[in-house]
Amino acid sequence: MDAILAQLLNGLDKGGAYALIALGLTLVFGTLGVVNFAHGALFMLGAFCAVTFRQLITLETVTVDPTQLSAWGAPLEIRTPLAQTWFGDFGAVLVEYSVPFSILFAIPVMLVIGIAMERGIIKHFYKRPHAEQILVTFGLAIVLQEIVKAVFGPNPISQPMPTALRGAADIGVWIGLAPGAVSYPLWRLVYFLFSAGIIAAVFAFLRFTTFGMVVRAGMADRETVGLLGINIGRRFTIMFGLAAVVAGLAGVMYTPLVPPNYHMGMDFLVLSFVVVVVGGMGSLPGAVAAGFLLGILQSFASMNEIKQLIPGIDQIIIYLTAVVILLVRPRGLLGRRGMMES
Amino acid sequence: MDLFNLPRRDWITFGLFALVVVTMPIWLTPLGASYPGLLQKFAIFAIFAIGFNILFGLTGYLSFGHAAFLGVGSYTAVWSFKLLTMDALPAIMFAVIVSGLFALVIGYLSLRRTGIYFSILTLAFAQMCYNLAYSVLTPITNGETSLQLTLQDPRVIDSALAARPEGLPSASIFGHVFDGFEGFYFCAALLLIAFFIALKIFSSPFGMMLRAIKSNQTRMNYTGFDTKPYALTAFVISGMYAGLAGALLAVTDPLAGAERMQWTASGEVVLMTILGGVGTLIGPVIGAWLIKYFENIFSAFNEQVLTRFFSFLPPEITEPVVTISSKFVGEGWHLTLGLIFVLVVVFLPGGIMEGVRRIGALFRRTTPPSAPAARPAAPTIQPAE
Amino acid sequence: MTLITKGLSRRSVIKTGLAGIIATGVAPTIFTRGAYAQEFCNAPTGDTVTIGFNMPLTGAYADEGADEDRAYQLAVEHLNGGGDGGMIPTFSSKTLKGNGILGKKVVGVTGDDQTKADAARDSARRMIERDGAVMITGGSSSSVAIAVQGLCQEKGIIFMAALTHSNDTTGKDKRRYGFRHFFNAYQSGIALGPVLGEAYGKDRVAYHLTADYTWGWTQEESIKNATEALGWKTLAPVRTPVGAGDFSQYLTPVLNSGADVLILNHYGFDMVNSLTQAVQFGMRDKQANGKNFEIVVPLVSDLMAKGAGSAMQGIYGTSNWDWQLTDEASKAFTKSFGAKFGQPPSQAAHTSYVQTLLYADACERAGTFYPPEVIKALEGYEFDGLGNGPTLYRAEDHQCFKDVLVVQGKEKPANPFDLLQTVATASRESVTYDPAIFGGELGPDTAVAC
Repeated sequence: MDAILAQLLNGLDKGGAYALIALGLTLVFGTLGVVNFAHGALFMLGAFCAVTFRQLITLETVTVDPTQLSAWGAPLEIRTPLAQTWFGDFGAVLVEYSVPFSILFAIPVMLVIGIAMERGIIKHFYKRPHAEQILVTFGLAIVLQEIVKAVFGPNPISQPMPTALRGAADIGVWIGLAPGAVSYPLWRLVYFLFSAGIIAAVFAFLRFTTFGMVVRAGMADRETVGLLGINIGRRFTIMFGLAAVVAGLAGVMYTPLVPPNYHMGMDFLVLSFVVVVVGGMGSLPGAVAAGFLLGILQSFASMNEIKQLIPGIDQIIIYLTAVVILLVRPRGLLGRRGMMES
Repeated sequence: MDLFNLPRRDWITFGLFALVVVTMPIWLTPLGASYPGLLQKFAIFAIFAIGFNILFGLTGYLSFGHAAFLGVGSYTAVWSFKLLTMDALPAIMFAVIVSGLFALVIGYLSLRRTGIYFSILTLAFAQMCYNLAYSVLTPITNGETSLQLTLQDPRVIDSALAARPEGLPSASIFGHVFDGFEGFYFCAALLLIAFFIALKIFSSPFGMMLRAIKSNQTRMNYTGFDTKPYALTAFVISGMYAGLAGALLAVTDPLAGAERMQWTASGEVVLMTILGGVGTLIGPVIGAWLIKYFENIFSAFNEQVLTRFFSFLPPEITEPVVTISSKFVGEGWHLTLGLIFVLVVVFLPGGIMEGVRRIGALFRRTTPPSAPAARPAAPTIQPAE
Repeated sequence: MTLITKGLSRRSVIKTGLAGIIATGVAPTIFTRGAYAQEFCNAPTGDTVTIGFNMPLTGAYADEGADEDRAYQLAVEHLNGGGDGGMIPTFSSKTLKGNGILGKKVVGVTGDDQTKADAARDSARRMIERDGAVMITGGSSSSVAIAVQGLCQEKGIIFMAALTHSNDTTGKDKRRYGFRHFFNAYQSGIALGPVLGEAYGKDRVAYHLTADYTWGWTQEESIKNATEALGWKTLAPVRTPVGAGDFSQYLTPVLNSGADVLILNHYGFDMVNSLTQAVQFGMRDKQANGKNFEIVVPLVSDLMAKGAGSAMQGIYGTSNWDWQLTDEASKAFTKSFGAKFGQPPSQAAHTSYVQTLLYADACERAGTFYPPEVIKALEGYEFDGLGNGPTLYRAEDHQCFKDVLVVQGKEKPANPFDLLQTVATASRESVTYDPAIFGGELGPDTAVAC
């Protein structure tokens, strides 16, 4: 029981990341009808926003003291962080909580990147076949990740999480189990809550604002909305920017869990496509549901008892689900009838 | 028997192609690429790309999991070396058959869907193959450690025929062990055969049928044709080409690793085909050569080479130019490749071959106006949806 | 260019042949290389000798690769007479004079093995065929080492393995052309066992998370044998893919499994990730079976300790070498390395440097680059003054035998690189074993033309 509860938490935490990425992917597909293979790269760029932000606030002045030698025989270097010299205590807090603070940095950056991408390249591909959209965005993803590699190097750059959130929470106690029965890392819980919050915000935005209503109308029937004299194109551009922000924020908050590197986007890309397809192309609730579902499935498939039953299932469960769904119910769990079906 | 019955133009294409391939060790020398390892790769990946193009170029089905067949081919070939004999021919035969069977199963299932769903299905199947090869199938694939020959391998046929040699054997053909350049010519011979078959397919009624699937599958279905067997045949042929390429990789270097089945490896053959020109005969070959050249030679360029290259510039300009351009060569060759790829997809959907044709058309337009009009631009990719 | 003349000894022919070539100033260009028959693959013909450095610049072990790269730069500099000579003055063999190898200037070519066997083999092949490398060294994954070693056997090129810790490298997959200075998992087990027994008692239940390839498998087996000899129990091991990044789904079941020790058979970034994530799961402040829950990392390096930061404190492991050792050779190497790169060397850098020196020395002692002679010079060679104390290159399996360090993550580091402290040393005698236990065959040393 305890073990199952722990795996469930792990599934929700993994699912949170999948759902966030898939949500952005679906926003783009649902509004613009573009299959965006560069979406994983946006996730990666978000993570590197956090890296950049931290590097900016931890810039140091280095003075070399040639009279002293370090323990390994090189001249001693004295380092002073600028953030602390400028902002004092606030600087220290800024450094300590650099990851949450970089959300503020990432939102405008990702918005600009997203809009630039849409205006620069993607918009020329609305009328072209899906295969060409896949190809151009795939190429774009390679370019983006190689730029990051050229700037930040090929190795992962670890982002420390705030000390206060470093340990594990004893979840079991909250629901009346014995102390220590189920504990889960705090940051992973934060990640889950964060993704749930973002998802709720996106849905609320689409549901309760006029802008969102127009966009939803446009998703349902673009031509009619256009005939009503509404400039749906501009709104869709903003939606692309929004999707980039969602992917970017998923990346920012992910950095303390796994140090980001330039190809993390490609690793997530395939997964997120699978999630979108399982949920149903173009269905936002589908993407979210499928994200959590696949996260939980993956987590349970990694349990030793299940692996003894079906060896290797933990490695293929996600793809297997995708294949079964595509063959049996191609429109996905919550997809519209006829969507992408031949 | 009209096996060798080809239009005269195709014979000329084939002749020129054969000439280019056979003389590769000579004309690649000034480009610094004339060493056996790379020449073999040129031939092998050209086969892979030609095969991929039979599926994608003719039918428009974009497979993102083709590397799986390459990997299956490699594993089969290495197992044939380990269990039976070091002779290359049975290894290649088995590899082609086994990867063909894999393609039959995966193709049968994947072709029930079209468009992006087909791409995702192939991707999912390939990733499953990769992940399984990497984990639970370790007894067969040796996982991350890679499948290699060992001194303890049974090699039943070889041991029955002759005393076991000391040390690890190399792949051979009828008892003749190839050295590097012979290895290349062996691959080149198979490349020419593969190219010839592709030529036949392109000009055959079967090829016409495949093109018809690409241009409008629905219409085909309405006319009473069941297009699926045709698409499946193309898929299997293309999988067999990949298996052949995988087997040759194992013949030239008897080791098979799971990485060659990963989806990024599948992405690479897509890049090759698009870059060169999808749907054309020569395009994918050029794309494959270009990428392999980039990967092996361009990637070794460093700042010294660049400084020498830009030495004609005034010294104060040289330095920034070298610094900027060094981001695009050496380690950064992927960046250049990605940029070229994006530019090709945006401006030249027919790839390098379309570029060549456009230049040709331009040239023809400036000559007497009575000259025949330029051929229509390369067919853009129309996935069967 | 063909140097073979029957009736003369190979060595003298080569020497005169080379002298003739140098005297007449005929230097083969890169494009003609390989076009003519040579007595052995990539025999150095000009006034330089090319060595291939094949290491992971990307992938899960890239940090180690970067440090190997630094070590090779330093080794080339020292062999060619630059710098302060590092460990050349302390080395027990005095053949190295700072004039290259056999009077030829050493030139290095580097390649990225991507921490993948396939890519590594490709890169090594490129160095042999395109760049004409007479020796290949590097690697920091055992699957890479085994794959490259196989290729080198086929091509008749000597492979001086750098970081590879699997028992198979000099066990079941050993090759005549492959040599390893680094220690192996079996030796880690012998060295670590008693220390673990002392610190954590005889009644423990271990949970293994294992990198799913040759190194992980053999280390898991060796540690399992060593700890079960103490009386520990071992739960069914869990295999994880290399480069997994997020290990949470593998870590989640650990706390509810009944185990009270987690053994991480991970290396490089994988170990950094799995260890920090395990600490985030609260494993270091947990109680299980009435005892403190403990984590053990059987193979650690400075670079990993740096990556893991405070998570590493108090954790036991083994090491091939540490920069804080106080013998003359270690001090000289650390000083030389620190002065050039502003940081102390890791064990990966050390073994890479030592392997390059050992190869150079073997060529000098053999008086030729002809591989069968160089192999003979290395086999059974006893040396000292390279940081590990007296060391033997055993002829039967090409494994080096020397002391093994048991280290522990420091609680209070004095500087950013003061991360590990040596808590015990297992003597060379105690970690020596019968080569027959791992099987394998070295194969022939016949030279191969290419």
